[in-house]
Amino acid sequence: MAEKILTSCAIGGPVFVHVDDGRITKIRPIVFDENDPQPWTIEARGKKFTPPRQFSLGSYVVTQKSRIYSENRIKYPMKRVDFDPNGERNPQNRGKSGYARISWDEAFDILESEIRRIHATYGKAAIAACTSSHADFGLLQYKMGPFGRFWNMLGYTQILDNPDSWEGWHWGATHAWGYYWKLGISDNFGMLEEALKHTELLVMWGVDPNTSAGGYNGQDGCRWRWWCKELGMKMVFIDPWCNFTAATWADKWIAPYPATDAAMAEAIAYVWITEDTYDHWFVENKTLGFEEFKKHILGEEEGGFPRTPEWAAEICGVNARDIYVLAREWASKKTMLCTGSIYGVSGACRQPYATEWARLMVYLLAMRGLGADGCNTWGGASMAPPMDMDFRFFGYSDNGWDAFGIVAEETAQNSVKQKAYRLLLPECIMNEKTEWIGEGFCGNSLEQQLTRQVCPLPPEEGGAPIKMLYRQGGSFISTMTDTNRWPRMFQHPNLEFFVTADIHWQSETKFADLILPICSGFEKKDICELGAPGGYGANDMGANYRVIIYMNKCIEPLWESKSDYDIYCELAKRLGFYDRYTEGNTIEDWIRKVYNKSSMPEYMSFEEFKEKGYFVVPPPPPGTKAAVSNKWYYEDRECDVPDHKNPLKGTERAKMMGTPSGKIEFVSTFLQEHFPDDKERPVMGQFLPPWEGKGSPLEEKYPLVLMTPHMRFSYHTHFDNKSPWLDEIPAHRVVKDGYAYWIVRLHKVDAEARGIKNGDLVKLYNDRGAVLCVAHVTERMKPGVLMSYQAGAKYDPLEPGKPGSIDRGGCVNLLSPARMVSKNAPGMVSNSINVEIERWEV
Amino acid sequence: MSRYAIAIDVNKCVGCYNCFLTCRDEFAGNNYPGYSAPQPMSGGNWITIKEIERGSFPHVKVNYVPLTCSHCDSANCVKLDQTGAVYRRPDGIVMIDPEKAKGNKAIVNTCPYRRIEWNEELQLPQKCTMCAHLLDKGEREPRCVETCPSGALVFGDLDDPESEISKLYASGNYAPLNPDYDMGEKVLYKDVPKKFVAGTVIYSDIDEVASGAKVTLTGPDGEMTTVANGFGDFEFEGLPDNVTYTVQIEAPGYQKVTLTAKTSKDVYLGEIMLFK
Repeated sequence: MAEKILTSCAIGGPVFVHVDDGRITKIRPIVFDENDPQPWTIEARGKKFTPPRQFSLGSYVVTQKSRIYSENRIKYPMKRVDFDPNGERNPQNRGKSGYARISWDEAFDILESEIRRIHATYGKAAIAACTSSHADFGLLQYKMGPFGRFWNMLGYTQILDNPDSWEGWHWGATHAWGYYWKLGISDNFGMLEEALKHTELLVMWGVDPNTSAGGYNGQDGCRWRWWCKELGMKMVFIDPWCNFTAATWADKWIAPYPATDAAMAEAIAYVWITEDTYDHWFVENKTLGFEEFKKHILGEEEGGFPRTPEWAAEICGVNARDIYVLAREWASKKTMLCTGSIYGVSGACRQPYATEWARLMVYLLAMRGLGADGCNTWGGASMAPPMDMDFRFFGYSDNGWDAFGIVAEETAQNSVKQKAYRLLLPECIMNEKTEWIGEGFCGNSLEQQLTRQVCPLPPEEGGAPIKMLYRQGGSFISTMTDTNRWPRMFQHPNLEFFVTADIHWQSETKFADLILPICSGFEKKDICELGAPGGYGANDMGANYRVIIYMNKCIEPLWESKSDYDIYCELAKRLGFYDRYTEGNTIEDWIRKVYNKSSMPEYMSFEEFKEKGYFVVPPPPPGTKAAVSNKWYYEDRECDVPDHKNPLKGTERAKMMGTPSGKIEFVSTFLQEHFPDDKERPVMGQFLPPWEGKGSPLEEKYPLVLMTPHMRFSYHTHFDNKSPWLDEIPAHRVVKDGYAYWIVRLHKVDAEARGIKNGDLVKLYNDRGAVLCVAHVTERMKPGVLMSYQAGAKYDPLEPGKPGSIDRGGCVNLLSPARMVSKNAPGMVSNSINVEIERWEV
Repeated sequence: MSRYAIAIDVNKCVGCYNCFLTCRDEFAGNNYPGYSAPQPMSGGNWITIKEIERGSFPHVKVNYVPLTCSHCDSANCVKLDQTGAVYRRPDGIVMIDPEKAKGNKAIVNTCPYRRIEWNEELQLPQKCTMCAHLLDKGEREPRCVETCPSGALVFGDLDDPESEISKLYASGNYAPLNPDYDMGEKVLYKDVPKKFVAGTVIYSDIDEVASGAKVTLTGPDGEMTTVANGFGDFEFEGLPDNVTYTVQIEAPGYQKVTLTAKTSKDVYLGEIMLFK
């Protein structure tokens, strides 16, 4: 049969999928043809910079073929052998028992009868459901589509997400510069041209852009950073480990202990204040509370002491000299701080009291004149090339938890008020009552951070204890914190019924009572814009071009897998709301409606688009001057960037930041009003000794500090343990005695003290758990600090089904603390974990 | 006529492994009759990456060197193979005929770069084909070059003087991985790491970095000078292996410091204190 070439879009890249005789043979980046637009060109400092006319795929995208045909796919619906919905359920055996293949009819019968039973017995709130992020890309068929629309229509206990990759910004920086509508991080527009024209120094604080900045945008930004180097910009990296970008391209690497970064930030402010090198005009006119901050930094407050580089050096474990030099270089050069917008998060914002570091980053930006030429926040030096932002398209979260609502007559609303919190899901299920603060993603107002939550809600408010969990995806044991809590939850008798629907066997799949096989993104249709999350991330673009893609169903769903949409359609049919759910649309109808609502029809018919498969939005004409993020604020103009979520635009506050005062606040008026006495998130951001990590009480027993940053060769759990090719990359896993182990990196000093050699099998442990890894002894680690990537996707306990068992699959989040950033900042902490390490003899 | 070649700029390589993974995507499980038999689903390393960690904390760096068949003009594999299974196409691409080479493990050992793999399942020596099956269909470049995100890999025709590769090769900055083999390699490298000698200079009396201190490196081939940068760091990059150098550090008003460094590995001399 002749080869067909079909378009699709993976997480991290638009692709041509080659299909021969019903089988995918290769997956290639979309390369533009002669009819596609010509690229943009930026002229800067006598040079011209033009991107290639194609897309640069993320590494994991290139593994897709092996991931699609992985042996690790869930092939058939399955039921746990000792689970009888009409008799003994044996929850204590979850994680231990085997499975029997069943038919889809049986699976739907069980699902339907269990939903009806639980509704009748406990009420709608007794069913909770939750989906993973980033398995495959899409718009309608991504997680906010079929899942959100179904469960909202049915009514369920929503499990609120925590802002997992940018916690400190969300719970901290919102109180310094607002941007709550972007969940605490700045928008980024016009930034590439701004940097190439003006910037002299890039400060990469806690970021590794060549590893994780691409995200949805693949590796297009890689070339931009090389251009920065070509222009002679210097790159300084601040990170406890010499990350991949630093190891290849840094001009200087400074390595503080995890969770001590805020002390270094204060010391930088000290140098600028004492040497009088900060932007006086900006702090006097555009900020609030600087005088108080200055007193604090100089030690002039009651009981205070000066925050000198010498003081910080002691805490951070760096040379005071380096802090002075960094501060002076930063002050004397036009500098981009490459954190604070979406592709420059992670790292230091996932630590104890990360709110303080994030706020201090905003303070430093303010002291340099945020928005002055070449001085700004530029996430990972990986965002905002020239782009036409007037072209209208959609991202998957543009309509909240019902992507179909972008074009549907009815947007589904959840009738159940009760919520759970993802980080506290085990407690919500196992305990009688669980309390927390905040509404997860607090993107509508700062006030959402104040909401006092309780689960379950009292019956008079429609509350009920959670009895059933429907899990779309299965990444919790790998990605949440203190994750031995999850096996305990799964085996708890309170949880009467646990369903997982997933593409592959993941860390928690084998705890389910019922397992549903889901097809990959290449086995269903959709339409999307490359890298466009929409919603809070609307217009956050890190690729060279805007590309709209028709996502073909390249092959039929493999084995007996189905799309989530088809599963929910069948369930909706059985539960009596199929017509409302679909509004009579096929997936193709939904796609066409989205197309017609976008700017696409101005350029071509749907049929032409579908035939070609993709559309490159023409870049702005040469000479177009793009509005630059935050520059309007520096220049006292109304916000002119296409940040459509900014609620102040078009109002009398259009020249202001999103804080109550409208200025950048060194002292937060919001926190002053609501949490005046909070010692863990004081009204003014400042270094607080971490409750876990270097210098914490846990250090005595567990003297090493483990950080678990975002991954290089997998997007969370979705590629690791699915593509065997990744196991051959020594920086990803190392095969030892036939088993592909996760890697922990440590310095020679720490290795030698424990008799550990490079390549040894080691046990990484603390009171929360133990994980077997292969030791990578390297000079890239700061002595005393270990690094192991966040999300080994394989939970493989030596004693299956025993919470607390040693895991050899690489789920290092078994070791991270359940405790959150601080008592009023319910974010996860995964980059400052006290551990010990020892050789493991098989 | 065309003469195909690849230029690899090691400084641009970020170690993303796209080349390695893409080669799998193109060849694993895919048969291209007349060109190549399928690569195994695991274990085929027609292009792979050597990671080289250099220096010591906190002056450390990593270089990635992509390794693949060099498609040599006077290739050992072509010369030594008596069966005619290995041949050089008129465009310079060296091919192993998957029919004729079956069972011939000796071919694996002909390459001094060790870039020929043994496919155990098919009992076949295999290696990079520069994606000849795609080039013959008019495609622009091999798959590994297409997915390289930083532009570290450049493919082109040396017979076209206007091609990027012709200009890169003419720059004189590119050389074979091992020039001693002298086989007319068509995959050339820029900045394959040699050794560095580095250090950080400090004024001991004021405990500040000695930016601008003059550093002189003297070896058998003469001397080089540099100055300590804003962080007090200096670095001599690209030094040959196993040479003993003297390093002299001078700053006005301070005593001269003389140290030695042997480039059996990359040397970070640590913090060097200057005294009045």
